[in-house]
Amino acid sequence: MMLAPAQNLSQRQRRRALALVAPALLMIGVFMLVPMGIAMVYSFLTPDSFGGVAPPVTVESYIRFFFDRDLDDTLRFDPTYLQIFWRSIFQAVLTTLACIVIAVPFAWYMATRGETTRKILVLLVSIPFWTNMLVRTYCWVLLLRDEGLINMGLQAVGITQQPITFLYSDAAILIGLIYASLPFMILPVYGTLEKVDFRVVEAAFDLYASRISILRKVIFPLAMPGIAAGTLLVFIPTLGAFLQPDILGGGKKLMIGSLIQQQFTSSRDWAFGSALAVILMAAVLASLIWAALKRERMEQLG
Amino acid sequence: MTASLAALSPVGHRVAPTLSASVSASETASRELVGVRGVTKTFGAGVSSFNALEGVSVSIKRNEFFTLLGPSGCGKTTLLRLLAGFDQPTSGQILLDGDDIAGLPPNKRPVNTVFQSYALFPHLTVEQNVEFGLVQQGVQREARQRTVERMLQLVRLDHIAKRKPNQLSGGQQQRVALARALAPQPRILLLDEPLSALDFKLRRGMQVELERIQRETGISFVLVTHDQEEALSMSDRIAVMDAGRILQVGNSTEIYERPNCRFVADFIGEANLFPGSAVGWVSPYVAVRPERVVLAIHKQSMPISLPGTVKEISYLGATTAFTIELTDGSVVKSQRNDAPQGLDSGSTVWCSVHPEHIIELEG
Amino acid sequence: MIRKGFSLKSVPESAFVTLLAMIFLYLPLIVLVVYAFNQNRVSTIWTGFSTIWFERVFADDNLRRAAWNSLIVALVATPVSTLLAIPAAMGFERELRFRGKAAGEALVALPLVAPEIVTAIATLIFFRLIGLQAGLLNVIIAHIVFCIPFALLPIRAQLRVIPRDIEDAAFDLYGTRWGIFRKITLPLLMPAIAAGASLAFVVSLDDFLITFMVAPAGATTLPVYLYGMLRVGVTPEANAAATLLLVVSIAVVALSMALTSRRT
Repeated sequence: MMLAPAQNLSQRQRRRALALVAPALLMIGVFMLVPMGIAMVYSFLTPDSFGGVAPPVTVESYIRFFFDRDLDDTLRFDPTYLQIFWRSIFQAVLTTLACIVIAVPFAWYMATRGETTRKILVLLVSIPFWTNMLVRTYCWVLLLRDEGLINMGLQAVGITQQPITFLYSDAAILIGLIYASLPFMILPVYGTLEKVDFRVVEAAFDLYASRISILRKVIFPLAMPGIAAGTLLVFIPTLGAFLQPDILGGGKKLMIGSLIQQQFTSSRDWAFGSALAVILMAAVLASLIWAALKRERMEQLG
Repeated sequence: MTASLAALSPVGHRVAPTLSASVSASETASRELVGVRGVTKTFGAGVSSFNALEGVSVSIKRNEFFTLLGPSGCGKTTLLRLLAGFDQPTSGQILLDGDDIAGLPPNKRPVNTVFQSYALFPHLTVEQNVEFGLVQQGVQREARQRTVERMLQLVRLDHIAKRKPNQLSGGQQQRVALARALAPQPRILLLDEPLSALDFKLRRGMQVELERIQRETGISFVLVTHDQEEALSMSDRIAVMDAGRILQVGNSTEIYERPNCRFVADFIGEANLFPGSAVGWVSPYVAVRPERVVLAIHKQSMPISLPGTVKEISYLGATTAFTIELTDGSVVKSQRNDAPQGLDSGSTVWCSVHPEHIIELEG
Repeated sequence: MIRKGFSLKSVPESAFVTLLAMIFLYLPLIVLVVYAFNQNRVSTIWTGFSTIWFERVFADDNLRRAAWNSLIVALVATPVSTLLAIPAAMGFERELRFRGKAAGEALVALPLVAPEIVTAIATLIFFRLIGLQAGLLNVIIAHIVFCIPFALLPIRAQLRVIPRDIEDAAFDLYGTRWGIFRKITLPLLMPAIAAGASLAFVVSLDDFLITFMVAPAGATTLPVYLYGMLRVGVTPEANAAATLLLVVSIAVVALSMALTSRRT
């Protein structure tokens, strides 16, 4: 009998909690989760001639990801799309690694400064974090193009006579991606290192002689939780990047993000575009689950 | 030890009359303000569940300074939260003037709390903090202002009514918290370790203040603390708690002079504990306070007088503390000011105890 | 082997990397701003300071309209997403565990986790399917969705910092749920709400890809218009327009940071 009021109370609390979170969740649910579900359905339909989709239900879009259909309807393995997908993963991995290499010493430097310097550095890193990605990507066109600052500098110094073509290459895209992602790695790594008691580290540090071993055996392990968080923040957006391949790759070096965008604009194949989006989302979820499992294992160990 | 003994003295004037046969049963009931009846509080469910309180029953009287004393994790704060209404008991009743209030939320109970962290509203002035409860109760403006003024005078803060909490010292914040909780004139004031954040000197001052305020307002105070000195010096009655149960309830003298179990004897002050059989007693255990262990060079004519070797001596000013190993290997502590001169580590002494100073313990 | 007096605070390599990274982060932005003020049409050579390109940009009717659109979208999406985020933050942080909390947390993080292009095409498909052709409203709805988690972040963080004791004390002092929220929680939350709102504002103002895919004709925002300018090629007008966008977002972020740091 005594249980009744307590149970009523927790029931009321649950209802109140739901009422509080419901509006935001409904908004995201209706205008994001449901549309994603619909996109998934679209990926199993056939493109019609008006840039929409129609029955019948088919897995043709997924087959197209791997194969090309000849005129006589035989399937021939075609690596074009797989290569684009592979390039996306490769670029995302390279970007993540480059960000780690820069961010760890950077964050270490930040964390070992005084209060005021730290605040200024955090501010300086945060500003690009929040400025317009389109503008930031465009800036690199000004630097990298044939008449750009870098080529002019190289010619002025006399290293080269002719401009080197930097733009519209994988390297240009990579630079753009690193540029966009770097703050996403620096800030979480700094967040981790900031809490480290450096006196303890210094005490243990005499054991290691070379700077490389300091980095490997002291700094890196301390920064690990931040690196893990930063990796997700860098890897996932990079995997689906559109602006960098579009602007710095000139639409020639496609990544999966720009390939999807193309299906919904010039190619008008919404079914295939949806299938690509499903594949991308699957890759994202896979990396999230992998990260969660890894974190769980690390927590169990530590 | 010295300190806790000294702490006993100011209590003299307020030692509650030991309720004996002279007080009839009905009179006891009418004096009861809060009745906690068989309250159990279980947290969690299934295998990971545990009982923070197990069948706790206690009665708090009108106009009384009541203290819940125990080590951390004993359930005293859980009991306080049940009284305040922040948690509901899993089973059992909480009666206020005979009505079961166990299901009422905190804002429907005439019970206010002084939080350990003070929990002052940082964006409001001292005045507005004290006024908050009155505003929520819908008290008229003039009446509100009068009460706030009176409360700030009571805690001697009327000169800083317009300040914000972050401009106050710890002691001042404590007084604001007190005034704020007293302003709506609750039936009971709950104090959760209110002095733990203050430094030693301020703490002694606040103890005296709290006693004064309790007397002046006539509101029942329920104090939670793990500090036995604080409990002994301020309380009319003390409930000693351990592992979710109340072990003993009594006034300071009773708790100190006549503990009923090993835990209470050991937790309140210091005690030499022996199995009853070791000194020829019937009860399972006995305790002897160090200040009752008389040291002498020769055997004394007391029924209990045992030889031993001095292991440690520390001079404490008013008294000297001795650690003595008896011939059977057990260790006895003595703390008095009449030990024989010239004792040294390794000296042989006789430890003697008057039979009336042997405290029988139930378990 | 043992070097005495060596301090980890002065690993010189880290200072060097930091310097290079700072140049890497800021050089492109500085170059953009410098070019925007360059008198020369062929922006490669500096021939003198001029604000002519900004004047041209301000005179561009289409750009002005796009800027207005951006402002309208941000001014609607910001308060709506913030008003949705405040109760959600209270629900997540104050109402203990309720069934489906983990699922709710995952859903609310979805706009942060999903690649922008996926959100963009899904929203495009959805709007086409339900036949929503409401001009700016399409853009506003899409913006509200992805602004919610940004508005939510600082509010939740602040709620975690406000001691529960303070709200408990108000509850103990006869406060009602609404009374406690209005008189105690909300005033203490105000700086975080302002910070959340300004983050939502920046994110809305800066968004390109989702707007680009979702916006019907006539609902062009500033970044989408700028993208069109950039497609044509590197022009001083584009530099000036990009600089304007840069300045606006930095200004809003600076405001948000000022609000957050005042909290402590």
